[in-house]
Amino acid sequence: MQTGNYSINEPSMSKLFDNLAEKGKTMYAPKNRGERILFQKVEKFGEIAGDYLLTANSAKEVVFPRYEKVFSYKKTQDGILINDPTGNPFSEVVLWGSRPCDAAAFIPMTNTFEKDYIDNLYVKRRKNLLVLSFSCNTCDEFCFCTSVNGGPGNTAGSDILFTRLQTGDFLAEIITEKGKKVVEENSSLFEASTAEGKEQSLAKVEPRFNQDEIQAKLQELFENPLWAEKSRACLGCGTCAYICPVCSCFDIQDEAHGSQGTRLRCWDSCGFSLFTLHTSGHNPRPDQGTRWRQRILHKFRYMPDKSKIAGCVGCGRCSRSCPAGINILDTVTAL
Amino acid sequence: MNELIKKAASLLEANEVQVVIGYGLGSAKRPQAIFVTTPAGCEQLIFDNRCIQNLAVYLTKQEIRKLGKPAIVAPLPVLRSIVQLVAEQQLTEGDLVVLGIDPDGKLLEFSSFKAIESFLSDHKIVIEEKYLKKIEEIKNMPVGERFAYWVELLEPCFKCYACRAACPLCYCTRCTIENNQPQWIPVASHLQGNLEWHVMRAMHLAGRCTDCEACYHACPLGIPIHLLNKSLIQDLSESFGDYGPKISEPNMLSSFDPDDKESFIR
Amino acid sequence: MSEFEPKIVAFVCNWCTYAGADLTGTSRIKYAQNVKIIRFPCTGRIDFMLLLKAFAEGADGIIVSGCHPNDCHYTSGNFHARRRWITFRSLLDFLGIDVRRIQFSWVSAAEGAKWAEIANTTVNNIRELGPYTDYAKVAVHLKKEAKV
Repeated sequence: MQTGNYSINEPSMSKLFDNLAEKGKTMYAPKNRGERILFQKVEKFGEIAGDYLLTANSAKEVVFPRYEKVFSYKKTQDGILINDPTGNPFSEVVLWGSRPCDAAAFIPMTNTFEKDYIDNLYVKRRKNLLVLSFSCNTCDEFCFCTSVNGGPGNTAGSDILFTRLQTGDFLAEIITEKGKKVVEENSSLFEASTAEGKEQSLAKVEPRFNQDEIQAKLQELFENPLWAEKSRACLGCGTCAYICPVCSCFDIQDEAHGSQGTRLRCWDSCGFSLFTLHTSGHNPRPDQGTRWRQRILHKFRYMPDKSKIAGCVGCGRCSRSCPAGINILDTVTAL
Repeated sequence: MNELIKKAASLLEANEVQVVIGYGLGSAKRPQAIFVTTPAGCEQLIFDNRCIQNLAVYLTKQEIRKLGKPAIVAPLPVLRSIVQLVAEQQLTEGDLVVLGIDPDGKLLEFSSFKAIESFLSDHKIVIEEKYLKKIEEIKNMPVGERFAYWVELLEPCFKCYACRAACPLCYCTRCTIENNQPQWIPVASHLQGNLEWHVMRAMHLAGRCTDCEACYHACPLGIPIHLLNKSLIQDLSESFGDYGPKISEPNMLSSFDPDDKESFIR
Repeated sequence: MSEFEPKIVAFVCNWCTYAGADLTGTSRIKYAQNVKIIRFPCTGRIDFMLLLKAFAEGADGIIVSGCHPNDCHYTSGNFHARRRWITFRSLLDFLGIDVRRIQFSWVSAAEGAKWAEIANTTVNNIRELGPYTDYAKVAVHLKKEAKV
C-alpha cells in the first residue's frame, strides 16, 4: 500500500522529530551509549547518532521488552486480586532511524505474536508504534538483507521510509495509513516528489544465498556433522538471540514478595543449555551443535515452512557481535 | 608462527593430542577460535595482537573435551587462566599440551603446570594505567553520584550472559542466577537484577579473576564490566598481598591469614 | 527529620553475638529497638547478597557481627568472613553503595554491654545519615509493578 512520495529537507526533519515528540510520543532512536550506538529513548533530535550502520541492539524492545509484566497478584482478605496489564494505556512510540532490516523484522515478529494465539501485550504495543526508517547508504561484510527478500531500500514494516538522496534532501516514501497521517499532520514540512534518485543512493548489498534453496536443503539436513562443526567455537551465551530483531523466545519468571508478586516474561535464548532442560535431567538438545541447528532451522526452515516468512532479516548483528566470532553466513552458505 | 604450526602439526601427527585449540582467520577476516584435528589443518593457525579471545574457556566445555586431548595456543592471559583452572582442580597434569606464546610472540614449551606458574611469577598481572585512572576517577565521585553512575552504566545490560560464557573461570554447569525457586537474584534485566547479577559475578570471581578482559570483549553492548574485577584485583592485592593465579597456594578467598588487617570492624 | 526511625537489620552469629545480645537482655541493659536480629550459624555463613537484599527491603543500616578472631565456634569461620567482608565492602564502596551504613563488629557472648553500645551507636549514626533510599529505589519498581 504505497501512498505517495514526498521530499523533506534536513531542517524539516528536525522539526518533524520535535512535532512528534511534542505530542507526548515516546521517541526511540539510535544514540551513543558508552562505546556503542544503541536504540534507546531520546528527548531531543540532537541526541540522535549521526553516523551509524546499525545499532548494536535491535529495535525489538519497542514491541517486545526484555522483561515485561504479564500480570501481578495480591492475596487479600477478599481473595486473590489479579492485575492484568493489557488493560493499561500503552504509550505511543515512535521508532526513529530504524533500518529497512529492523523494520522488516516486525513482520515475522507480528506473525509470532498475532497468529494462533493473539498476544495482547504485543498487539497493543505494535498498534501504538510508528516506524520511521532510513534506507542504507552503506553496508558491511555481515549484511545480507538481499538474500532474505529484503534490501537497503526495502519498505516492508516501515510506515515511512526516508532515503537520503545525493542532493542532501530526503525522499519520503509513505507506506501505510499511519505514515500518511504523519504527512497530513505535518504537511508544511513535506513537498510532493517522485522516487527518482532512490536507487542511486542505496548501498549495494550482494546476495549471498537463495532463501528458497536453503529452505529446501534444510528439509533433509537434520542429522548432519555440519551443525557441530560450525558451532564448535560457540560459548553458549545468548548474545545472538538477544540482539536479533526477530528472536522472540521468552522465559516466565515469578518475582514473589510475601503474599504478592509479579509474573514476568523475560527474553530467553535457544543457545542456553537450560532452554530445553527437562525436570528429569534429560536434555533433548544436549550440546551446542543441536542448539545451533535449532537456531538455523527455526529461522530458515520452520518459520518459512509454517508461514512463508523467513525468521531472519539479514541484519548480521549476530555475526558482528558473537563473542566467539561465529558468522551465520558461514553456516548458511555451507549447506 | 612457523614454529607454532610445526609444533602443533607434529603433536597431531604423533597422536599426542587429538585437537589443537588455536586462532585462525574467520570468513570476515576476523581472528576466531579454531579446532584443528589434522596436521595439514595446522596451516590455518595464526597469532597476532588481534587474537584476544581467551581460549582457555574451551578447556572445560564438554563439546571440546569430546574431541580428545587438546593442545592449546596460550598467550599470557590463557596461561594465567590455565594455572587458575589447575588450582581449582579443573585440569590435571597430562590433560593437555600447552603451546605457550611469550609477550614477544615466541613459542614456549612447558614441562609441567609448575613451570607455567614459575613463568608467570615473572609476568605478574598489572592493571593498565588507563584503568587505574578510570578506577580512581570513579572512586573520587561522591557516593550517591557513584551509585548513579553504575546504575546508568549497567542499565542497558539485557543479561545475555556473554560475560559469563566467555569467562574461563565461569565453568559451573549450573549458575546461582538459575536458582529460581525461590529466586535469589532476579532473572529479569531490570536495574536490581542487573546490579545484583554483576555484584555476584564480581564476587564469585574475586581473588580468582586473572584480568583477561574476556567478559568485556564479549559484551555485545560494550559495557565495561571488567572495571569491577579490576578494582577488586587492585584492592585485594593491597589487602592480601601478591595477587595472581597460583598452584602452590590456596585461593585468596578460600583461605585467610589470622593477621589480616582491616580498619572497619569494631 | 526527628520523626525518622532507622530500620537496622543485624546479621549475627549464633555462638557469640547472638548470645551476647541475649546477655544484654538478661543484664537488663536497654538498647535501641530499631535493630532486628537475624541469627546465623556463623558469620562465615552469611551470604554477601543478603546485605543487598536488606537494603532492597528498605533497611537504612546493617550490622554484621560475630565471634572475635580466634574464638570462632567452627575455628575459622570468622577469619573467612573477615576476608569476604574486606572484599565485599571494597566492591560495594566502588559501586557507590553507602558503606557507612554497614557496621561490622566482633561481640562475644560475654559482651552484653558492647552489643548495646554497638546497636545504639549504629542507630545514632544512621539517624544522622538519614533514610537510605538509593538501593531501595532501584528495587522499588518491583513493588510498583506488583501493585494491584
